[in-house]
Amino acid sequence: MSEGARDGRRGALPPGVSHFRELGGRLREEDYLADEGLATAIFLALKLGRPLFLEGEAGVGKTEVAKVLSRILETPLIRLQCYEGIDVYQAVYEWDYARQLLHIRAAEAFGGEDRERVERDLYDREFLVSRPLLQALEHRGPMPPVLLIDEVDRSDDEFEAFLLEILSDFAVTIPELGTVRAERPPVAILTSNRTREVHDALKRRCLYHYIEHPSFEREVEILRLRVPDAEESLARQVAAATERMRAMDLYKPPGVAETLDWTEALVALGTKELDEKIVEATLGSVLKYREDQQRAANAGLASLVGGVGGAAGG
Amino acid sequence: MAGNEAPPQAPKMLDAAVAFGRVLRGAGLRAGTDRLVEFARAMDELDASHRDDVYWAGRLTLVSRPEDLEVYDRAFELFWEAGGGAKPRPKPKVRFSKPQPESSVMPPKKTVERDEGGEDAVKLRYSPVEVLRRKDFALYSQEEFAELQRLLADLRLSGALRRSRRLEPAPRGRHDPRRTLRGAMRTGGEAVRHRFRRTRVQPRRVVLLCDVSGSMAPYSRALLRFMHASVAGSPGARLEAFSIGTRLTRLTRELATRDPDRALRQTAGAARDISGGTRLGDAIKEFVDRWGQRGMARGAVVVIFSDGWDRGDVGVLAEQMQRIARLAYRVIWVNPLKSAPGYKPLAAGMAAALPHVDVFLSGHNFDSLEELARAVAAATERDR
Repeated sequence: MSEGARDGRRGALPPGVSHFRELGGRLREEDYLADEGLATAIFLALKLGRPLFLEGEAGVGKTEVAKVLSRILETPLIRLQCYEGIDVYQAVYEWDYARQLLHIRAAEAFGGEDRERVERDLYDREFLVSRPLLQALEHRGPMPPVLLIDEVDRSDDEFEAFLLEILSDFAVTIPELGTVRAERPPVAILTSNRTREVHDALKRRCLYHYIEHPSFEREVEILRLRVPDAEESLARQVAAATERMRAMDLYKPPGVAETLDWTEALVALGTKELDEKIVEATLGSVLKYREDQQRAANAGLASLVGGVGGAAGG
Repeated sequence: MAGNEAPPQAPKMLDAAVAFGRVLRGAGLRAGTDRLVEFARAMDELDASHRDDVYWAGRLTLVSRPEDLEVYDRAFELFWEAGGGAKPRPKPKVRFSKPQPESSVMPPKKTVERDEGGEDAVKLRYSPVEVLRRKDFALYSQEEFAELQRLLADLRLSGALRRSRRLEPAPRGRHDPRRTLRGAMRTGGEAVRHRFRRTRVQPRRVVLLCDVSGSMAPYSRALLRFMHASVAGSPGARLEAFSIGTRLTRLTRELATRDPDRALRQTAGAARDISGGTRLGDAIKEFVDRWGQRGMARGAVVVIFSDGWDRGDVGVLAEQMQRIARLAYRVIWVNPLKSAPGYKPLAAGMAAALPHVDVFLSGHNFDSLEELARAVAAATERDR
């Protein structure tokens, strides 16, 4: 591990934050409620300058972490969405071939220029199109940028190996231009839905945190914070209902994202209180499999509504 | 703020971290030195006298998959109770998984043939390969299992091809400006030859699910060896292996060890329900819920080794097989009992599953495993 070189500039805590609880407070100001584990994870990632690897069910707010961090640190969010077959040319850089060809033609037309010179100019920085990873490394500013590498599990082994290299050195070598090194390591957030197991070596580079569904009280708080138009009683009912759905053995238990969608839908319909009819009408915004909707219906939609107060109330 | 520069010297907490690492390794977690250093660094940033701080520092740096969280929690409990904090704990003796009697995975000590009186099994070591290939696994002797290992080494399991989204150079296809321009450099900027590329084809993921319940015991020995040879024999291939018993256990990691005996021992340690009962439907549901639907089964070739005996609710199995069939590219069911003359799928589970199965094979001897390998690699006419 060649860390000596960048140790001096490690860490990117927002000013005034020296404890994870303070960071939790800052996240909250930005409408993101993190539990102790997540707050500690983010705090350490910032303080130690380590990438943070976030796993968890879809919709628990993994991607959101990066967005909130970029707001708190007042630094750009650079996002790399992974997909199968993503390669260096889509993730790091690509030469602008059309412009290069034009340049050759132009040089030819005006004549006189020697070939070597034309070739040298051709691989100038101005013909380079930088993609997210290079943008993150080239960024200069008081704070390093937030680099979100979303859904790493969708990329393939080759790309994973390449990421490992970048996340170790925070540098990339472009043969024609030389090495680009980050002034300070970007705040890297990697997310995975676990469609496949990401290689251990990559995870070892990172701090690892598994995000669970929030507790009842926390979910109520999230709903209140993010959908301020929802009444407290409605938020409690929705949180209680989703908690029951999660216990229902569904194909896709609703995540926080779905709960938020649902609450927004309910508020848009002017709902003050949850009843069987309105649940039936809006079920599609929480449960997105037909089988799941049937299961909920079989269990009785009325049972989702009654007895507010979390699992204890049932 | 003052403390922005991290201390380059060794973290203070290293001793405690090393002691904790020993507890974790005893419990079966991979807590390597690099991770422990990271743990100690994290501790330096938090409050080492505070239980939660130590807990999170360890969890964030030493665990890298949700399966390990439970083990970590228990190990942490032990460590903290023992006054872990700053004092290193002497020689932890923690074992969470009792070593299993290996009889169920390892070949039988006494061979079937031996019972026929006097004629001991040594003779069978020389049984010609041709005979061995067709011999039922249930009748294998210990020596023959060793021979099987050699045969399996030549068997390659790789999925039917599919189009990947990666591109590769090709004589025709999509225009490739990158290579065209490179070529143009050599001809004074004139793109004399245009280059092309096209999508690469790639083997599909193969998922192996092996029933290790009591009724499958005569075959699961050989089939687990087959799974090991497949997983270990093709590193980097897209192969996943699970065992199905009273619950589902992922074995891909354990089977990746090159040494077959070691792999099988690790397997026995990981899948603690070998030779127990089966709740086939529930285990398959667990697979689809936790792995399959998220992507592992999508477009994959799913192979299930089972005799179809299900002590659970058969309705569950039928429903889950339907789910797999919708996700997977091909579902192959391998039932060793199928080889018996006049076999009918009478086991309720088997009957429920069959409508959702594309290929139904026997898998009771080596030849039939070869047939399986061909079926896995084949793209049948259905989609041509």
